[in-house]
Amino acid sequence: MVYHIDINESNMTEFGYFYRGYEFSASPEEMQKKTAKWMNWLKDLSDKGHLKSFGEPLQPTGKVVKGEKKQVIDGPFAEAKDVVGGFSIIVARDIDQAVELSLGCPIFEDGGSIEVRPIAQMELNDGD
Amino acid sequence: MEIEDHFFRNEFGRIVATLTRLFGVNNIQLAEDVTQDALCRAMETWKLRGLPKNPSAWLMTTAKNRALDILRRERRAFLSEAELARFLESEWTLAPTVEEAFSAHAVTDSQLRMMFSCCHPRLSEDAQIALILQILCGFSVGEIAQAFVSSPAAIEKRITRAKKILAGSQKLFHLADADLPARLASVLQALYLLFNEGYHGSSPDAAVRTDVCQEAMLLMKLLIEQPALANPQSYALAALMHLNAARLPTRLDGSDNLVSFSEQDRSLWNRDLIAKGQALLDLSASGTELTKYHIEAAIASMHTDAAQIEDIDWKQIVWLYDLLMGIHPSPVVALNRAIAIAQLDGPERGLQEVSVIHDLDRLSSYPFYPATLGELELRRGNYPVAKAHFCTALSLARNTMERNFLQRRVDACEGNQSMVNL
Repeated sequence: MVYHIDINESNMTEFGYFYRGYEFSASPEEMQKKTAKWMNWLKDLSDKGHLKSFGEPLQPTGKVVKGEKKQVIDGPFAEAKDVVGGFSIIVARDIDQAVELSLGCPIFEDGGSIEVRPIAQMELNDGD
Repeated sequence: MEIEDHFFRNEFGRIVATLTRLFGVNNIQLAEDVTQDALCRAMETWKLRGLPKNPSAWLMTTAKNRALDILRRERRAFLSEAELARFLESEWTLAPTVEEAFSAHAVTDSQLRMMFSCCHPRLSEDAQIALILQILCGFSVGEIAQAFVSSPAAIEKRITRAKKILAGSQKLFHLADADLPARLASVLQALYLLFNEGYHGSSPDAAVRTDVCQEAMLLMKLLIEQPALANPQSYALAALMHLNAARLPTRLDGSDNLVSFSEQDRSLWNRDLIAKGQALLDLSASGTELTKYHIEAAIASMHTDAAQIEDIDWKQIVWLYDLLMGIHPSPVVALNRAIAIAQLDGPERGLQEVSVIHDLDRLSSYPFYPATLGELELRRGNYPVAKAHFCTALSLARNTMERNFLQRRVDACEGNQSMVNL
């Protein structure tokens, strides 16, 4: 995806938006409206130079490998309301702005949540 | 890139029909679940990644892969049932068979066959329409309830029972079946009722009603594109839908009711739909059978043909209503005929015709029966009587649109009354 950042890059930090617990049973027409809402919301973020990556959707299935014995367990790994359904990467001045930018996300209409996490950087600026 | 209007809904119908052909009519629920799943997957992926180059192909491929998985895994369950059982016996034939079922031509064929299956003779007309809306048009139970002004529970029950009857026949209706002419007549009747539900229906939501009309027209288009199904009746019904749909904007404004021709804003009518409707009406003028679709389309064209209200040929319209009463008598048709007579010979003659309608009691909860009486009395200058009729009509109004319209008529009577008193 092409993105542009018009705001002075050095002052910006990257954040991950992790979309959780998106549960939505709906008619085809409602699904279409919901899809359009998400696309519009992300387009708006992108137009304003805040979207670094649209990110990736995750399928609800999968496996967990864990422990010394490398035990393999089938998903789901958490309650439906806690499963991560996808993520995007945005840029914002600080965590407050990153939170503010998330408020327009349609996920909140369906009982979901967004975890906003600063992405740790290798190269530190003075004062960071 | 934006998604086309109603894309998910339309694709739902196409995929369910295709999967039902593969899985068998008795597995229609599985077909619906797989389709719903494919749409969910599309939503979850597209909302972050944007639309693929060909959204329809993306969905079809997702559904096709899922269908292959299911057929491979549970082949035995389908062998005794599905129409395509013998093709599903080996991997050698399975993949090409499924591939073929998802080809454009086969998808259309499955949609048509599903439409004919939904009009099973053991199903009531209400059940047929509910099934068509759900399976072919991708409406949810809640959306159907909204269109019919009914409760979701009642619609759910109607659909569940209907599907049990459908499951009795394992295959989709075959278009080469000897029953085709009779079944085609049922399909046309169902599409006619579906369109009317949108056009004359009681749902207060203008958007819902426009949607229902559009869905009926989409299915109708599918039908008349098939040479075997495009007979004079089909063309006549398609013409009727186009000519009425052209006037939908004024109808939804509440002013296209039969009692207020003079208030219609003809500049809002859709010229393109009128031209298409007229062309379809020309195509319908062959054969020997004159159906109610022909006559109703002819009446609609009398209105759309007239450049202004004064140009309407009421004599011709009365004659057409006489014909319609001959083949399809009903109190509503008789009421419309009386209105046409009033336009031709004055309100007294109209009132006289209303008074001799058979089965008038069947109109007792129809707001446009007292509204018609009110309109005719109003034209006679009989304001208090007119007002009383409009008040009765107002008490029967089924939605806000009708209520607003009838309230304006009550107000008109009061305005005139006070002028007389002065």
